[in-house]
Amino acid sequence: MRSFAVAVAVAALILAATCAANAQTPAPAAESRPVVPAAEGPAAASGEVTQGERIEIGLSTETVAITADFSGADLTIFGAVDNVDPLVQRQSRYDVFVILEGPTADMMARRKGRVFGIWMNVDSQKFDGVPQSYLIASTRPSQDIADAETLARLSLNIGDIRLRPDQTSGNSAADVQTFADALRGLREKAELYQEFPSGVRFISQSLFRARLRLPASVPLGHHIARAYLFRQGALVAQTQASLDIRKAGLEYQLYRFAQNQAFLYGLTAVALAFLVGWLARVLMRKD
Amino acid sequence: MALYLPIAEMSVNIFVVLGMGAAVGFLSGMFGVGGGFLITPLLIFYNIPPAVAVATGANQVVAASVSGVFSHFKRRTVDIKLGMMLLVGGLVGSTIGVWIFAVLRQLGQADLIVSLLYVGFLGVVGGLMMVESLNAMRRARQGAPVSMRRPGAHNWVHRLPFKMRFKASKLYVSVIPVLALGVMIGGLSAIMGVGGGFIMVPAMIYLLKVPTNVVIGTSLFQIIFVSAYTTVVHATANHTVDAVLAVLLMVGSVIGAQYGARVGQRLRGDQLRAMLAALVLLVALRLAYTLFVAPDDIFTITLGGAL
Repeated sequence: MRSFAVAVAVAALILAATCAANAQTPAPAAESRPVVPAAEGPAAASGEVTQGERIEIGLSTETVAITADFSGADLTIFGAVDNVDPLVQRQSRYDVFVILEGPTADMMARRKGRVFGIWMNVDSQKFDGVPQSYLIASTRPSQDIADAETLARLSLNIGDIRLRPDQTSGNSAADVQTFADALRGLREKAELYQEFPSGVRFISQSLFRARLRLPASVPLGHHIARAYLFRQGALVAQTQASLDIRKAGLEYQLYRFAQNQAFLYGLTAVALAFLVGWLARVLMRKD
Repeated sequence: MALYLPIAEMSVNIFVVLGMGAAVGFLSGMFGVGGGFLITPLLIFYNIPPAVAVATGANQVVAASVSGVFSHFKRRTVDIKLGMMLLVGGLVGSTIGVWIFAVLRQLGQADLIVSLLYVGFLGVVGGLMMVESLNAMRRARQGAPVSMRRPGAHNWVHRLPFKMRFKASKLYVSVIPVLALGVMIGGLSAIMGVGGGFIMVPAMIYLLKVPTNVVIGTSLFQIIFVSAYTTVVHATANHTVDAVLAVLLMVGSVIGAQYGARVGQRLRGDQLRAMLAALVLLVALRLAYTLFVAPDDIFTITLGGAL
């Protein structure tokens, strides 16, 4: 998690991020020092060659804590482009994608069918290492920015999110495709996969701001924020940072308790039930 | 007011959950049933994951049974020896049930089996109860004396070996049906998240011929321990007990039960049973509806492949 801070350190500008959620730690913005303008800074050369544009993003916090009343939050990620070509910028020919990818997990997609009049799960397809959430913000609709092949290679559309089907499921290729589409569709419906086609705005020649909506059911764990800079449809630079989303407060303690000391947790739950039942008896008898 | 449930991993409205608990508590106070068979389906209708609903329901049943058993102890209408034998069976059944439940989840059929069991059991129990109470009402209207059907003489159950004497119940009966009944109720408790009183009580009266006055106390007594055990095993094996949700339900149901009991005392027994039967049938129908009607989306995703 330190790694992103190192990347930020090289960056030019104040890369603050604000998060409407309850951010635990205030900005460790410290490490971004003032810049040696222009020039090829020796460090973290991010991106794939050409004119020397670089893209940097930063988050003010490494963790977002979810509390009891969490019902989604707006996450703003600030970033900057170095070595901007003013001519290209004036023609608005720079485009940026910012992606927040959630932790991965194996997922099982199931299809219901009618058996003797009853709807039950009949087929299934497992996918390995699927991102649990995938939020894509960009300066313009993606198809206006780059060609389909590039978008697919970098997974810049919901439809291009790569899903690795587990081979043991033994479905035909067409079926696997159907399951993959259904999985993406369901995640999209749950707002866990989202596209924000105008979510990234340039607020000055080189500074941009990406707005993403974290849904209420945002998965917990290690998220990766990635940014891609396109110049006239060609990828010129990319970078990434990371963000942890955690539960906070009593709920988090309980969750950890339930996971780590499951037996003790079960006993406690039962003890609570005995207590409530007994209290009820005592209070009722007074009436 | 929204409240985030740490285990169910979703936000719920705190008043809806309290209200749910109160409504079920009211009904269980009125009819003298545990209410687990209502809580679990209600939670599922409220989009709580079925696995969490079942495990949390079992936890709630503990509280309801504890608060109910005190008065039976006072009146000495608990057959502890019989309860213990049922309990031994119950613990075995519950262990098997939790294991079956975990396998069903892996196969993706847990929701289906839970629904099917509910529809089957609630349908049969509700139907029988409805017929019985309507008959009782008709007899009452004709002026015939209302006689509780006195369990008849011995049946095949009483010819089985390994007999044991249960003093409080004035019973001399084989342990085999007692243990078998315990195993069955324990299994149902684990898979359906119910105490099992609605099956246990008729089975004890009609199969084991236990006197009616000790039936409820004894079944409550053993349900406390079986559902407590089920809660712990679900918590350990499946991590699906949501203590926050459970406490909310308990508080709601305990308050509701007070008022329910008062209303229940003012109604006639056969009317109460008819109403309870109607309620049980409604829950069964509502669950059957979801089985037979085409779902909005035929696809579902679960995380982890297994869970």
